[in-house]
Amino acid sequence: MTRDEALFDFLLRLGDNTLILGHRVSEWCGHAPVLEEDIALANTALDMIGQTQMWLGLAAEVEGKGRDADTLAFLRDAWDFRNLLLVEMPNGDFGQTLMRQFLFDAFHSVLLGRLMTSSDERVAAIAAKASKEVAYHLERSADTVVGLGDGTEESHARMQAALDYLWPYVGEMFRADAVDAEMVAAGIAPDPAGLREEFDGITTRVLSEATLEIPASSFGHKGGKDGSFHTEHLGHLLCSMQWLQRAYPGCEW
Amino acid sequence: MSNEWPLWEVFIRGQHGLSHRHVGSLHAPDADMAIKNARDVYTRRNEGVSIWVVEARHIAATAPGEKGPLFEPSESKVYRHPTFFDIPDEVGHM
Amino acid sequence: MYAQMIKTARSGVKTRDEMTDQERAFQDKIDNDIKIEPRDWMPDDYRATLIRQIGQHAHSEVVGQLPEGNWITRAPTLERKAILLAKVQDEAGHGLYLYSAAETLGESRDELVRLLHEGRMKYSSIFNYPTLNWADIGAVGWLVDGAAIVNQVALQRTSYGPYSRAMIKICKEESFHARQGYHAIMKMAFGSPEQKRQAQDAVNRLWFPAIMMFGPNDSESTHSEQSMAWKIKVKSNDELRQQFVDQTIPQIEYLGLDLPDPGIRWNEERGHYDFSDPDWSEFFDVIKGNGPCNVDRMTARRKAWDDGEWVRDGLLAHAQKKSARTAAE
Repeated sequence: MTRDEALFDFLLRLGDNTLILGHRVSEWCGHAPVLEEDIALANTALDMIGQTQMWLGLAAEVEGKGRDADTLAFLRDAWDFRNLLLVEMPNGDFGQTLMRQFLFDAFHSVLLGRLMTSSDERVAAIAAKASKEVAYHLERSADTVVGLGDGTEESHARMQAALDYLWPYVGEMFRADAVDAEMVAAGIAPDPAGLREEFDGITTRVLSEATLEIPASSFGHKGGKDGSFHTEHLGHLLCSMQWLQRAYPGCEW
Repeated sequence: MSNEWPLWEVFIRGQHGLSHRHVGSLHAPDADMAIKNARDVYTRRNEGVSIWVVEARHIAATAPGEKGPLFEPSESKVYRHPTFFDIPDEVGHM
Repeated sequence: MYAQMIKTARSGVKTRDEMTDQERAFQDKIDNDIKIEPRDWMPDDYRATLIRQIGQHAHSEVVGQLPEGNWITRAPTLERKAILLAKVQDEAGHGLYLYSAAETLGESRDELVRLLHEGRMKYSSIFNYPTLNWADIGAVGWLVDGAAIVNQVALQRTSYGPYSRAMIKICKEESFHARQGYHAIMKMAFGSPEQKRQAQDAVNRLWFPAIMMFGPNDSESTHSEQSMAWKIKVKSNDELRQQFVDQTIPQIEYLGLDLPDPGIRWNEERGHYDFSDPDWSEFFDVIKGNGPCNVDRMTARRKAWDDGEWVRDGLLAHAQKKSARTAAE
């Protein structure tokens, strides 16, 4: 694996995370519990689509094979996706969506913070822009997790169920592989394992304020960030997302 | 009993140096969420640099019926306006 | 339009002699284009009619998220997805502004939503039509929002201050909606044969529903007189419809698509396009609940509201706990 091949893979991980989660969040449009939340969710999704365009755009540039952000998003099959399993999990109820968002935002904000000092200026520049957006996402999702966790009996129970369901997908964020090692060696990105402490700081503070209990098991599913073992959910998501591009290849839209 | 979130009035400073202006209202469970909702609802097109929110029930207002006694008396105080005074051109800008 | 068939809450316009002093002073303000503000005196019927009209307008924006939302997850490029999402999000915002305007009249948003969900308030007929191919997204932005803009530009001059201000804000934001729609359908009309076929299909299906948005012909529209006198309504249905047809036909021709109505031809004498009357029985069917999507749309809205109840209650309960804790400190 050359450095550029590793960088390409690393950029896909960043871009696929925001692509898939942005897509999931956009599924809420028109169906949220209250108008203000509908509008807020759309803002989050829009930020993530914008970040996707930047990360996948850079990935295509690094790859140098004439692809662009759209061909990467719409013409790869599931096994070529490099997103965390967490972000492809279905929306479930509003609580599950917001819990997934919070866990991702916490990880994302820590990661972007480190990437701002990347040795690759292009990476640092995108991270600087995205980290402002993500700081707000985290504030909002954390507030909502606290509000619902420490709300009514029903909202508390739903948030605890969401946390129990999603927690096994947290571990994957911090597992390092050869791509990560190459990025660390080049000074482009941090070792994922080194992000855990800061992540735990955020989640422990917020989840305890939310009166929620972090599951004791440290078991973690894996296979998203290297593409080897996605969930069944991803294929269905891609079916709708990629349908037009697949059904009418080569068109301009 | 209604469980509707309270109504908040939103004021936004459009640019540095300007006053906050009333832009609309929204619903939120508390002030923190009202500010966040205002950010999401009322600054989607880069409209602001600062947000105030106040719960609508805390706003006191003049009654429309008192318009006469409240505002008409000032109409006759024309000498409060600079154009009331004729100053010769020779004096220069004042 | 977004507010169709609003029954004015009284029959017949009073002459000046029939009016009380208060009513006469109110009518004078309207005739002099002085806006009516929330705390001003207003006839009960004026208030009731406005609540109905603004409420229906707000409901239309919110239900209107659904047909376009139907394609957000299938948008063909990242940019189109972002544009469409931003556009549908704007509709939610517009619904919010309009509910706020209705709330200044003393009607709560939750109450208006309840009336909608119980089928006691309506929304625009257009949103009971499906979006069946990607070109529909272009056509909805261009034709449906285009028709809405014609109406809403006129409504910026409406007599009720909060409604007028909401319209001004909405018009400012909407100007991108029609343009993005036309841009999307241009790509289709000038694209591959299959894309062009989708564009034609969209125009054929949406043309008559779009011109129905302005409501029945003036000769059939029995409730307009008082609303016009009160400047709740500013232009007649037929005037607005003609304006929309006149501006839209050259745009269809530019796309190189067939006109969706064989009756369309330029009338030199009138200086306007002639066009066929839509099938009004279809319009009344849709209004009555028998459009292609009425049941699905309301089911989706009710589900969103019911599923969201625990969220609204949870966040409110937390806010109350927090303020109780602060008070205890």
